[in-house]
Amino acid sequence: MPRIRRELYNKEICACSIFGAMNRDGERFSAAGVMKAIANMRVRGNGLGGGFAAYGIYPQLKDYYAFHLMFTGKSPQAKLDAKRELEAFLSSRFDVVSDEEIPTDDAVKLRDPPLLWRYFVLPKKGGDDSGLVRPEEDYIVDQIMKVNAKIDNAYVFSSGKNMGCFKGVGYPEEVGEYFMLDRIYQAHTWTAHGRFPTNTRAWWGGAHPFSLLDTSVVHNGEISSYGTNRWYLEMRGYACTLQTDTEVIAYAADLLMRRQKLPIEIVAKILAPPIWNAIDRLPEKERKLLTTLRMVYGPLLMNGPFAVIIGTTGRMIGLTDRIRLRPLTAATRGEIFYISSEEASIRLISPELDRVWTPNGGEPVVAELNSMKKVLI
Amino acid sequence: MLESEIKMARAIPSEPGIVGAGQCYQNVETPSIDARGLETRELSDQLRELLLSGRKRVIITNVCGQRYIGTRLYTPERLEMEIEIFGTPGNDLAAFLYGHHKITVHGNAQDGVGNTMDDGEVIVEGRAGDVLGFSMRGGEIYVREGCGYRTALHMKEYDGKRPVLVVGGRSQDFLGEYMAGGIVIVLDLEGQSHRANFIGTGMHGGVIYLRGRVDQSQVGDQVEISPLDEADRAVLDDYVSRFLEHFPDVEKRKDEILNSGFVKLAPRSKRPYSNLYAY
Amino acid sequence: MRSFVFPEFQIIRDEERCGQCRACERHCSFGTHTYDPVADRLVSDERKCVGCQRCAVFCPKNAIVVRPSPSYYRPNASWSREKIEDLKRQAETGGVLLTGCGSDKPFRIYWDHIVLNASQVTNPSIDPLREPMELRTFLGRKPEMLEIASEAGEVEIETELSPNLVVETPILFSAMSYGAISYNAFRSLATAACRSKTYFNTGEGGLPREMREKFGGCAIVQVASGRFGIDAEYLNCAQAVEIKVGQGAKPGIGGHLPGVKVSASVAETRMIPPGTDAISPAPHHDIYSIEDLAMLISALKEATNYEKPISVKIAAVHNFAAIATGIVHAGADIIAIDGLRGGTGAAPKAIRDNVGIPTELAISSLDRRLREEGIRNRCSIIAAGGIRCSADVIKAIALGADAVYIGSAALIAMGCTLCQKCYTGKCNWGICTQDPRLSGRLNVEIASTRLCNLISAWSTEIREMLGGMGINALESLRGNRDHLRGIGLYEWELDVLGIKGAGE
Repeated sequence: MPRIRRELYNKEICACSIFGAMNRDGERFSAAGVMKAIANMRVRGNGLGGGFAAYGIYPQLKDYYAFHLMFTGKSPQAKLDAKRELEAFLSSRFDVVSDEEIPTDDAVKLRDPPLLWRYFVLPKKGGDDSGLVRPEEDYIVDQIMKVNAKIDNAYVFSSGKNMGCFKGVGYPEEVGEYFMLDRIYQAHTWTAHGRFPTNTRAWWGGAHPFSLLDTSVVHNGEISSYGTNRWYLEMRGYACTLQTDTEVIAYAADLLMRRQKLPIEIVAKILAPPIWNAIDRLPEKERKLLTTLRMVYGPLLMNGPFAVIIGTTGRMIGLTDRIRLRPLTAATRGEIFYISSEEASIRLISPELDRVWTPNGGEPVVAELNSMKKVLI
Repeated sequence: MLESEIKMARAIPSEPGIVGAGQCYQNVETPSIDARGLETRELSDQLRELLLSGRKRVIITNVCGQRYIGTRLYTPERLEMEIEIFGTPGNDLAAFLYGHHKITVHGNAQDGVGNTMDDGEVIVEGRAGDVLGFSMRGGEIYVREGCGYRTALHMKEYDGKRPVLVVGGRSQDFLGEYMAGGIVIVLDLEGQSHRANFIGTGMHGGVIYLRGRVDQSQVGDQVEISPLDEADRAVLDDYVSRFLEHFPDVEKRKDEILNSGFVKLAPRSKRPYSNLYAY
Repeated sequence: MRSFVFPEFQIIRDEERCGQCRACERHCSFGTHTYDPVADRLVSDERKCVGCQRCAVFCPKNAIVVRPSPSYYRPNASWSREKIEDLKRQAETGGVLLTGCGSDKPFRIYWDHIVLNASQVTNPSIDPLREPMELRTFLGRKPEMLEIASEAGEVEIETELSPNLVVETPILFSAMSYGAISYNAFRSLATAACRSKTYFNTGEGGLPREMREKFGGCAIVQVASGRFGIDAEYLNCAQAVEIKVGQGAKPGIGGHLPGVKVSASVAETRMIPPGTDAISPAPHHDIYSIEDLAMLISALKEATNYEKPISVKIAAVHNFAAIATGIVHAGADIIAIDGLRGGTGAAPKAIRDNVGIPTELAISSLDRRLREEGIRNRCSIIAAGGIRCSADVIKAIALGADAVYIGSAALIAMGCTLCQKCYTGKCNWGICTQDPRLSGRLNVEIASTRLCNLISAWSTEIREMLGGMGINALESLRGNRDHLRGIGLYEWELDVLGIKGAGE
């Protein structure tokens, strides 16, 4: 009888800096300012990880899922083998409209870069091998989990439409230069992350952002409830393979916001609920709602210090843990909305600000594209 | 010209013979450092050099995130300096500040202002972040607007050395946690009412004065809420006067402020947790 | 027939200290000490002594020492003194050896081989004295997800919710029936449960009528194979109903309350004639297969108007994970697992010491199995059987339990010294006896204060350990094996527990 495999996962821990900027009018801009801002917080990282998420960067191909793949492996041959295996898998389930190597600047030297490729895809009609009729996105998530768990050395690190994540081992501004984010992309929402992992075997897949479809997460802190969050998500089909606790935030956001369609205020109350003392003193209706949320979604409570910026198409959400152990400053200047670990970084690129505040622990700060609101009306 | 330079130029106090707009003056009495592009270490290297060369005052412009400003100013001869900061200083401003230095920030400050500060004066013309006055042991901090979480955590006093923190706006949760001494005054000048929770948990010394009121549920079990007495009023008079001197643009008058209701928060006992353990 | 068995205990009396106050004589219900008026001294018959330490604790002069007598047989690793003397006793009586309490055999105690994490540097520990540390737990079925309708800022929950028990601390009092324990002990447990905002379990002896109104709010009532004292009022006055299928101390066999312990009041509560033996048959005679259990669960839900969670208590035996999964599918909201070291008032020694598996392995297995099947949210797991301290509680929760039941620990708080003679009905501490002279010794106020103190002390320690791990809410620890490491365990044990070895 086969031995039970122990749940031997490694969890990298990181302290970091995070930054986000959105133009609520939907006007797109390059990453130059954001790269400057995150570079200003250099002391918070140690050069072993950096990354960006960008929304609105593929307007020509906005109807296709943009899969960003990294092929790791010790030798170039190992990387090519992974690529071959992945492409076989991909073409059996997806129509690949176009694919190419993700452009990088060779003058920028980063450590051990994997082979980076992007594919613009749509699921094949009738390609769902489960025989069930399912929402397209659930099907795609399934395939991504399969790739990450089953195909060695191949990782999907971005999979949304008209958005992309770019990340690697290096200071974030270096990673930005490597991918030429200030030269060849324009986005209406950028989030950025600089990493300070405590496991020196830093690897490209471990950098932030973590993303699934169009949800991306950059995270500062450590999730002490990782083991609990992980089993709850694995029970629902997510595979936590990237060895970093931030993964669970991305999957939890996907589960709650996309699959269960819960509004962001409720999602924040699930991930960072108020303390029982406070809940017990609320009026009955609210008390009942919050009690029920904690009762049902207890295993998704994110414990431990955290400040995160969650990006989705049209929204940028900042959230801290319930007792605000990690800093987060929000600011606005006209149509631009900033979220940052430190105010100074915002001031660097926008010395004048209309409003600056630090949100309460557990209360989300939500920046939305103005066009989103119009659609809802 | 950067917006920051315009703002700075306007804010420079007028001195005889100095022209305004955009010119960083290199007056021999008041040197100026442009912090643009400087790392934390480089900036404090320059500050220390100026201190040791006998400068009494320095202006730093385009500060953006540089940390520990004021931390490396200890000298056995107790040299003193006045520092004016234009921009946004980084974390731990005036950390371990030792000696009668004076630091003024024309803008917002970040986290850790006055971390284990021993003496001196810090004036912030905007808001401050988290852990303001953490483990502060002496000196005075005046913040024009509000502050973040864990303000005045483990503030201490001993034998006449008593730190004071005055905040013009409001504080967020965990104000005065583990406080062992010192005076904290939170004025809520905008009248938005104190929403902080867990105020004074673990408090075993010192006193917090809040303008307005708080509910017992917002305050730790070890804390007693009481009205002011004469001695309290004298203390408030003193420090509110100084606050208004530092921020002349505040629209309220001193008597207006002092006559509105205040509450005093103080610990019930020196050993709040004596019953917890089995010996 | 002359007995060949040595006395188990030695009684050493310091004659100089002894003031002949005769307290020991009054305290001992086994008649060990008698006063000899002629010699004006107390004489002790060690053959009657059970080692309950009552006389030693209550001697005003500390003149008495009672200790296990050393074995005088030639040392023999296989034929220990216990094995030899048990055999001789059986030769003398031809009977099944009875015993009480939980198994005392040296099976590996996994709690002592698991160590906990603490946060440093990368994640701050949280100070429970200053910051809220939340132990509130919900026991029962949770829905897969919540459907929420939100309109113009108003939020409504559309999903129907199953009833759940709310406990402020994850420690509940295990099932100990009135009959097995005295009325005073039973009432002390009920009083303490209400005061500490947790629950007590009535066991199969029913809930006396006069206690229903006051204590029903913190009671979990049991439906056992003997169906003692079960009526609709009994079921509805409580907060949850537990079907007792098995018990860790004696899996597979039933219970037997000797007639001597069935006093008038016990008889009334159980609804059987006084003085008769109260027999709980081995299986529920209406549950011969899993679908019968499903039927009983549904019947109980009907009888309680679907307002109470239904719990099923099983003993941890070899294939119990599959059994438990079946029970969840049958509709149970809570599963209580009683492990090898669970206690009892009376059980055959052979069964108590040889049947069942340790709770620690049981919890991990069950938690993993339910997760693999994707049904972990459908029930809460309560772990029972040998929980001795707050560290055990934390480890149980990290392995996957939602809460724990304490039985022996609660009795020890009230005075029990685990002398294992509960079945005699002569408990000198007034705990498991029906003799009013003895049970009167247990003062309900004092005993319930001791129990409340125990719960409060353990809860505070749990908060400290949670804070040390950087967690401020218990739900973030449940099943979080990342915070555990094993020391001195075999690989297969680490596999079953699902934890890494220390240093890995």
